[in-house]
Amino acid sequence: MTANIWIAAECRKGSISEATFEVLALGRELADALGVQLEAVLLGHGERESAAALGKADRVLYVDHPSLADAAGEQASRAWAALWEQRGPAIVLAPITNLSWDLLGLLPGRLGVPLVNLCREVTATAGALETRSILYGGKMAVAVSVGSGPVVIAVLPGIRSAEAGRSEAPAVVEEVALDLAADSGIRLQGYDEPEAGDVDITQLEALVAVGRGISSEANIEVAEDLAAALGGAVCGSRPIIDQGWLPLVRQVGKSGVTVKPRLYVAAGVSGAPEHVEGMKDSELIIAVNTDAGAPIFSVAHFGVVDDATDVLEALAEAVKARKG
Amino acid sequence: MKILVLMKMVPDIVEELEVAADGRSLDREFLRLIVNERDEYALEQALLLKDRLQATVTVVAPEAPEIDDVLYTALAKGADRVIRVSGIDPAAGTRATALALAATLPRIAGVLPADLVLGGCQAIDDLDGFMSPLLAQALGLPYLGLVSRVTVEPGGTSVLISKEYAGGVMGRFQVALPALLGIQGCEKPPRYVPISKVRAATAAGTIEQVAAPTGPTPAALEVSAMAKPEAAGHAEMLEGSARDVANKLVEILAARGLL
Repeated sequence: MTANIWIAAECRKGSISEATFEVLALGRELADALGVQLEAVLLGHGERESAAALGKADRVLYVDHPSLADAAGEQASRAWAALWEQRGPAIVLAPITNLSWDLLGLLPGRLGVPLVNLCREVTATAGALETRSILYGGKMAVAVSVGSGPVVIAVLPGIRSAEAGRSEAPAVVEEVALDLAADSGIRLQGYDEPEAGDVDITQLEALVAVGRGISSEANIEVAEDLAAALGGAVCGSRPIIDQGWLPLVRQVGKSGVTVKPRLYVAAGVSGAPEHVEGMKDSELIIAVNTDAGAPIFSVAHFGVVDDATDVLEALAEAVKARKG
Repeated sequence: MKILVLMKMVPDIVEELEVAADGRSLDREFLRLIVNERDEYALEQALLLKDRLQATVTVVAPEAPEIDDVLYTALAKGADRVIRVSGIDPAAGTRATALALAATLPRIAGVLPADLVLGGCQAIDDLDGFMSPLLAQALGLPYLGLVSRVTVEPGGTSVLISKEYAGGVMGRFQVALPALLGIQGCEKPPRYVPISKVRAATAAGTIEQVAAPTGPTPAALEVSAMAKPEAAGHAEMLEGSARDVANKLVEILAARGLL
């Protein structure tokens, strides 16, 4: 018999993450197709009320333990292994987010099952699962036959709408007691929130995003000039923040923020999945890149194959001329 | 303090990637490789620690085209020992590579135990696992990933780290050593080293070579097909000089009330 499907639910500051609902929506489809139960696994401390939002699952397996409050991957993966012993095996679906990152890395080893990473689609056909992953920064798609055995499937954000994973009906929550050893030698001391004072890029109608293709820090000014002409601000992809050319609060995508402006100009941004997840729902996307095969062109509405700085410069001039 | 850094090569995605004749893997014949970007940050983090306290930095990497350049560059930047591990199939996958490295490390004199092991927290070819947590488990070390800053606490038995959450939030953790950290970023970009110094390291330095033990490789994922992704949509491409394109874009923006 095919194993049940388990969802790795995420909860921070008392609320279930959007990514969890997306994965729940996918899990519901797959569980129905396979004729198995859908169970959401939530680990935490004092989060039983949060678990009620997971009604799309047939059942929530909730584990409450002081060591699981804001647990790092080590503690969480040990709890998963203990739960697995009691209630497994399962087909595990987990969102690829910073919150679940360490758990994804450790879970396959703890459970002794394979991992299929970077999945942007999972389908069930004749009782077996097949996944489609995106590798090499979005440049290759890989199909993997997973079968029906226990596995951890790591799912990219946006695989389904979060809305489809919500339910009016409160979840059936079953609290599972586990014997958890306490110390992994990893202790959370606190969180540092981003410094206030900078612009909030999630609130702007126009964003000019710069990526590796911008080539040098001096060219950020060109992007700023265009952003000012459009009444927006400059943001960036990971490499720009790594270089220290823009602060972390201006990062779009994983580790950064998700934005949905009316206009998103992606300049020299290749379109790696971890960036695309943060901007794909922008109303109008214009991409400029020297690489005609850059994945950004599959999410953009209009594309230009050219040097990003040259086009930004020309566009800033043209916008200013039009505005008078 | 003994610090071990793990590095590996990945396909350079600035180049065009091609699918091999089997339709299920990457064509490696003309594949250009570069060092995994996150591993460069792991090395930088190790060197920053070495700058600040008594530490030795050893770099271990699976053999691959261009890996010698990476290892000599590491020496030029300040690594004390660099080691190339042969006998790991580059197409074997992340999990098999991690397990092979973990089986090799205990056979290299003076490398283990290390106080701190650093690796990149992700790579663009991580289909079947993440290198750093797999290695941590195989070596019996606690693991924390998405780390972007490491400070050694007085006494040298623990580190304070910053870990990235979404939206620019950072978690502060204390981690008892020994431990393996998956590095995402650093307080500064990887240091630049002039080519003359790399040449000097190539002339004077030594790359140690160690063979991975032979043994059964773990079962790989059953990849049924690899292909360039079919895009759900594609941008309407605008052509012409930068100025022509800019003028067309202004019309598009104006038509949508964005100006």
